[in-house]
Amino acid sequence: MTAMADHTTDGFRLSMLLNDSRYRSLTIQIIAFLLFVLGVWWLLNNALTNLAAQGQTFSFRFLGQAAGYDINQRLIEYNSQMSHARAAAVGILNTLLVAFLGCITATVLGVLAGILRLSPNWLVAKLMSVYVEVFRNIPVLIVILTIYAVMTELAPPPNAFRGEDAAASMILWDSVAVTNRGVYVPKPIWGPGSGVVVATFLASILGVVLFGRYARARLFATGQTLPTFRIQLAILVLPALLVFFALGRPIGLEAPELRGFNFAGGLHLRGPLIALWFALSIYTAAFIAENVRAGIQAVSRGQSEAAFSLGLSPARTMRLVVLPQAMRVIVPPLISHYLNLTKNSSLAIAVGYMDLTATTRITLNQTGRAIEAILLMMAFYLAISLSISAFMNWYNARIRLKER
Amino acid sequence: MADLSFVRHEPLPALAPPTSAGGPAQWIRENLFSSWINGALTLAVLYVLFQLVTGVWPWFANSVWTADSLQQCREIDTGACFAVIHQRWNQFLFGFYPADQYWRPTLAFLLLCVAIAPVLFQSLPRRLYWVTAAFPIVAYWLIWGGSLWSPLAAVAAAGVGYLAFRLAGGRLGYAASVAIGLLAALVWLNFLAGPVARGLDAVAPIALREVQSRNIGGFTLTLIIGVASISLSLPLGVLLALGRQSKLFFIKTLCVCFIEFIRGVPLITLLFVASVMLAYLLPPGSTFDLVLRVIIMVTLFASAYIAEVIRGGLAALPRGQYEAADAMGLDYWQSMRLIILPQALKISIPGIVNVFIGLFKDTTLVSIIGLLDPLGLSTAIRATSEWNGVIWEIYGFIALIFFVFCYGMSQYSQALERRLQTGHR
Repeated sequence: MTAMADHTTDGFRLSMLLNDSRYRSLTIQIIAFLLFVLGVWWLLNNALTNLAAQGQTFSFRFLGQAAGYDINQRLIEYNSQMSHARAAAVGILNTLLVAFLGCITATVLGVLAGILRLSPNWLVAKLMSVYVEVFRNIPVLIVILTIYAVMTELAPPPNAFRGEDAAASMILWDSVAVTNRGVYVPKPIWGPGSGVVVATFLASILGVVLFGRYARARLFATGQTLPTFRIQLAILVLPALLVFFALGRPIGLEAPELRGFNFAGGLHLRGPLIALWFALSIYTAAFIAENVRAGIQAVSRGQSEAAFSLGLSPARTMRLVVLPQAMRVIVPPLISHYLNLTKNSSLAIAVGYMDLTATTRITLNQTGRAIEAILLMMAFYLAISLSISAFMNWYNARIRLKER
Repeated sequence: MADLSFVRHEPLPALAPPTSAGGPAQWIRENLFSSWINGALTLAVLYVLFQLVTGVWPWFANSVWTADSLQQCREIDTGACFAVIHQRWNQFLFGFYPADQYWRPTLAFLLLCVAIAPVLFQSLPRRLYWVTAAFPIVAYWLIWGGSLWSPLAAVAAAGVGYLAFRLAGGRLGYAASVAIGLLAALVWLNFLAGPVARGLDAVAPIALREVQSRNIGGFTLTLIIGVASISLSLPLGVLLALGRQSKLFFIKTLCVCFIEFIRGVPLITLLFVASVMLAYLLPPGSTFDLVLRVIIMVTLFASAYIAEVIRGGLAALPRGQYEAADAMGLDYWQSMRLIILPQALKISIPGIVNVFIGLFKDTTLVSIIGLLDPLGLSTAIRATSEWNGVIWEIYGFIALIFFVFCYGMSQYSQALERRLQTGHR
């Protein structure tokens, strides 16, 4: 600070804007800001000129017009007379559907593969290494296209299931049919009183949480442990089962059935959804497996040795000592893999699954509103990824090591 | 009485361990059958592997390598129909590049190998860097063709700018010289480069036949996009990472917004921007090459991820390194170049290579916007009546090539990590 005092005697000269460290950062920022504004202005000006040349203005009014195209895989009511906005909503729900399904299966597969890769069994560990290395090193698009091609070209057509000595047969006790038009699975039928069963089940989840709190408080107060896991499992399952049978089994399953040349009844999962779901799952699972392995290996051996010397059983050591520390390493990259999976689901367009990218592209082709449509699509993905990263920051702050 | 006691003076040689406690038997017991559950797992895996091998082996053993259609394949033998790869081999490599010009991308690929060698292996002579420096221009000219003088004239802008900078440097301040250098380069590009190139063309016409971007495809296209984006995204990523760490508020905000935006959207949306939306954002009537637009987008995409990786490396450095650089009296760029970045980049190598691998794999996405990379070609080939129904042969082949490149990259990065390991930490 004393050095600064020397300069105050001099007057302000123009060269000080660059050579004096007090002003230089300001100069650089102002220049950068001006260049940025100039660039944005140039782009916007071009866009306005181009739009004007086509007789268009920048507006989102096209969202209200009738879409005019059909979407076969949908979660909400939709037909071609509904608006582009509705079509986009169908697309968003489809994106979320495949992302949700994919995250669940990828986690299960990934955790399994990650743990097996650390198995003392040489053969299993090597096999899992091969799986992880292969899928980490080939493009996900190839996986998607291959599975889709196998689904549509190698699976039997529905009429192969007909007749006495049919060429194809349903699997899993005649409940699931894999055909080239998609997979047919049993559909739950919600009879009267099924709401009560669901409500009971939700209430027992609450009960499990409350019991966990109680057991913990009791442990801290008296030092006695309860067989928490078994009791929680009972609380979770028994009441719902009791109510289910007491009400005369209100929730049934409707199995798909061959009628005429096609299957009827049951839930129809179309080929693109299955291909995308399956491909994203096994691709992302390879990355998650690597994560899980790194997380478990990151916990030093001293931790489990210390837990053993305190007299904890191996299961408790895993649950109370190793896993909580491994989770700190595993969860942040795990969530970013979920995010990647969601973003990769935009490859749906390659197999014709109608996710947001696909509906945006058709809308764009029909209305010619390239800028608006692409901006909306980007805004959606950005919203998802920013909210997930906000959640991640919160989670990281929560589980951070509390050091002095 | 004679002393009958016996004392052995030398130790007995150690006995060999029993066969059950050593050798393959013990290895098998410890690694495959250590408990009943492991034994069951081993047997299950062996069963699956056996099924897999007996299923796949006949497919390979009875494969057909020369035929004109899938039907012919099926008539010849029951196994795989690799004839499709044999017949479309040139297409997979070069797309629809003119057949009599195949030597150009091939030569460019060989030059790439020479150009990349000194970067990868430090033991090679440093003079090879001249090839590396000249490679972008030569490769561009070889692949797209046209007159040699126009790319040279464009690159000469850098020389002109530098010359102007040196000439002005003596009389004016540093900033003014930089401005003059930039101005000179711009003037050269806008007004002089064209006429000069045309003039040189008239004097010494060195030209190759022009090839349109839409004819370039196959693994040539993959390599063009991959190599260009990889080499451009690293410097851009470093700049972004430094900008994100910067004390200058505006620069920092700009970098954070850019990085978070790019990381928040899927690459395919950026490719849509390149293929549909960019036309609106440029001056009316201006066209520029789709491959170039894609390279720019892929570069921007990868650079945001690289910036995040390098930010991790920068954050991992102890504060003492920054303070030591300041104490030595180095200015910002000197301290970054000599002290901070070499260490930060070393820590970030695995992450950076992961981004590169991801980038290389993501080049397949260009098939969705209609470029004919191997996957785009495979869709086209599978749509023909001859090869309709070929699945594993095509996709397996493409996957194998990608695997070789990506696995090679990851193995190289591990070797590089070991080589740069200096012991501390």
